Amino acid sequence: MSQYCTFVLDGHVFGVPVASVQEVLRAQALTSVPLAPPEVAGLLNLRGQIVTSLELRARLGLPPRPADAPSVNVVVKTADGSAVSLVVDEIGDVIEPPREAFEAPPETVPASVRALVSRVCKLERQLMLLLDTERAAQVHDLV
Amino acid sequence: METRVDAMDGLDEIIGEFLVESHENLDQLDSDLVALEQDPGSTALLASVFRTIHTIKGTSGFLAFSVLESVTHVGESLLARLRDGELTLTPELTSLLLEVVDAVRALLTDIELTGAEGDRSYDDLVGRLNAVLDGEAPAPVAPVAPVEVAEVVPDEAPAAPVRALVVAEAEAHAEPEPEPEPAPEPGEAAEGRRSVADSTIRVDVTLLDSLMNLVGELVLTRNQMLQNAAAREDVDLARTTHRLNLVAGELQEGVMRTRLQQIDTLWSKLPRVVRDLSVQLGKSVQLDMVGRETELDKTILEAVRDPLTHLVRNSIDHGIESPADRAAAGKPVEGTLVLRAFHEGGQVSIEITDDGAGIDPAKLRDKAVSKGLLTREAADRLTDHEATSLIFMAGFSTASALTNVSGRGVGMDVVKTNIERIGGSIDLSSEPGRGTTVRIRIPLTLAIIPALVVTAAENRFAIPQVNLLELVRLDAVQAASAIENVHGAPVYRLRGRLLPLIDLREQLGLDAVERETTYVVVLQADNQQYGLVVDDILDTEEIVVKPLGNQLRHLPLYAGATIMGDGAVALILDATAIARKVGMALESELNAAADLGAADASDIASVLVVELGGGRRAGIPVSAVDRLEEIDLAVVERAGHHEVVQYREQILPLVRLDRVLHGDAGLDGGSLQVVVCRKGEQRAGVVVAGILDIVETDLAIRTALDSSSGDGSAVIAGHVTELVDIDQVFAGLPGHDRLARTA
Repeated sequence: MSQYCTFVLDGHVFGVPVASVQEVLRAQALTSVPLAPPEVAGLLNLRGQIVTSLELRARLGLPPRPADAPSVNVVVKTADGSAVSLVVDEIGDVIEPPREAFEAPPETVPASVRALVSRVCKLERQLMLLLDTERAAQVHDLV
Repeated sequence: METRVDAMDGLDEIIGEFLVESHENLDQLDSDLVALEQDPGSTALLASVFRTIHTIKGTSGFLAFSVLESVTHVGESLLARLRDGELTLTPELTSLLLEVVDAVRALLTDIELTGAEGDRSYDDLVGRLNAVLDGEAPAPVAPVAPVEVAEVVPDEAPAAPVRALVVAEAEAHAEPEPEPEPAPEPGEAAEGRRSVADSTIRVDVTLLDSLMNLVGELVLTRNQMLQNAAAREDVDLARTTHRLNLVAGELQEGVMRTRLQQIDTLWSKLPRVVRDLSVQLGKSVQLDMVGRETELDKTILEAVRDPLTHLVRNSIDHGIESPADRAAAGKPVEGTLVLRAFHEGGQVSIEITDDGAGIDPAKLRDKAVSKGLLTREAADRLTDHEATSLIFMAGFSTASALTNVSGRGVGMDVVKTNIERIGGSIDLSSEPGRGTTVRIRIPLTLAIIPALVVTAAENRFAIPQVNLLELVRLDAVQAASAIENVHGAPVYRLRGRLLPLIDLREQLGLDAVERETTYVVVLQADNQQYGLVVDDILDTEEIVVKPLGNQLRHLPLYAGATIMGDGAVALILDATAIARKVGMALESELNAAADLGAADASDIASVLVVELGGGRRAGIPVSAVDRLEEIDLAVVERAGHHEVVQYREQILPLVRLDRVLHGDAGLDGGSLQVVVCRKGEQRAGVVVAGILDIVETDLAIRTALDSSSGDGSAVIAGHVTELVDIDQVFAGLPGHDRLARTA
């Protein structure tokens, strides 16, 4: 069984493997990047490493977060050894669901979300959507 | 570096290199021989062992180490038999070969310590090897190698082979230690020097890169620390930060130096290039290299390799003439090519100077026009220096005949692009008939660069200082008059030249604003100058260049990002990419502007209004004005009937404008207001009483009333102003050449 770090976006629960999470940061001062795709929230300084921060709501095609709502940066490691920060609404618990709780994403999940969700996990009250961080971190092939 | 130099003290450099190389090879040999014992049939291993011994033999023969040569010679013969299959490798033979390795190592140690081979005899070993070669079976003894060496060698030497192995182990585990702990050997301590193999160490470049990154971090943290400490009045904190400042600075320098290599690693290939090329072209060229020991970052060294080779080839192909032509021109038959490298102001300069035919600026102007790269007017307005720089334009080739050496017109612009890519600059100066000098200036390192910090819409951006020419600040009134529109695109008249303006906000898709004060950052990129309009100019800072994440790499305008002193991230702008983005539009504007410039004389003109004294005003066309200067009366000298001053290594004749315009207001004060004017290549200093303004005017109301002034008068800004005919100013002057000779 693997552990998953969960977070909330527009009422939906998402999860990423704990091993892929480098750290979780409270709201950070971001440097905006003119001309960048809309999903790019900005750049942040992670102890000397410059990390691109992606607005995960925009990446998933969800409605934008209300202006004064809090947000959290989930910094995940990518395959090429660098890191990318995903901006989410709030961070949840670390859960350890049984393997059999996972299924392929149902048709009811919107296509824009399904493209980045590899599996869904049935929790007691709701579904956890397992995010494919590699695909979520790719932005440039969309534009 | 220095430790190595110390260790080699008293040794010839060649021997030093031979020792380092041989020690490394011997370590390899040990493991190869052991592996060979496991796999006696491996021809690859045998060949490798053979090559190593052969190399040492060859070099020792060359350096006249006869004992070493004789030992390696018999060793090599044995290996040759093994290689050819005449003998099979047995444990006894392996031991014998290992003994050869140990003997070689002992001899190398002697050579290193004393500079000679010592008086130990290896006849026994050589004898045994010869016996094997004669067909006898080797004695079945396999002594443990290092122990035996320790018994044989005199007492000053024993430590070295053992410690060489220690170093080899450290390397094998990829745990480089900056300095191996000196073994507490009494004999060695008295000697007080480390063996050559111990004083250098091979380190993975990626490790150096990560060290460099960490140091970059430290420098940034230090910057933040300094800012914070400056805000408090804490003496202890100030003292600590001061020390941190010093240590971080030295660490940065030290780590940077680990990545430095002598430029000679690159230059050493050039004599061959020069020789081959001059033979091929039937020319005779002497190559001089000055400053071989100048050190450069490894990555930069790699990046200048091709441009440098290309420039050297160019110099020989196009620069230096054939012996017959040189003789006819009264020059020595043998041409000279000088490479010079030196450090200058935190940068490295490399000069390539030939004493060849030089470049004729007039030819380049014609060529640019005939190729349709410039209009005739634009070409004529270029200074000689600018004209010679045309050679860097894409699609420009000056060789009248194409050769297979160079001259396909893809050369110099590529050279320039490559140099600029690493933050360098290239400049060419040439004197027809005398030769050409190409000057390359490159940064010492790519990792930390000086940059100018500007803002646009609350965002901070860093612009690498290498692209920066100057900064211009215009208040609203100045901006309204100095910024004009040419076909809808803004241009600024910077000392009479049209500078296209690019608004940073516009390029970045940010909201436009009305600015009270216009800040223009004048940048140079791709042979073009342009003014980048920004909201504010903050400061210059040493920045550490960091790459952008995958998600942003497709944005060409950014060269990377950096962390500012306050910890925030700022994007680094790529000046060349900005110019390219605006690219085509810019060029057509420039041509349009050039056309407009030509039309100026008839309708709209930019006129420098000057005072002549006695209330008289005169207007000088800005297109003829080079610079405005204030010259101390004391430095005015006389040449013939003319007043002259020494100006920028030239002799500048002075013209009293009031006398040209028939009158004499007597302008003798402590200093002279001088408008340096230009006509073709001729310059003259026009002395006026005062400089009033630059005015755009259509010269609508004009009259030829004043007979003295060729162009008549016009009403400018409400005053009658006499228009100066620049030809008339130069008419009274002797030719430039004659004046130069008079002086």
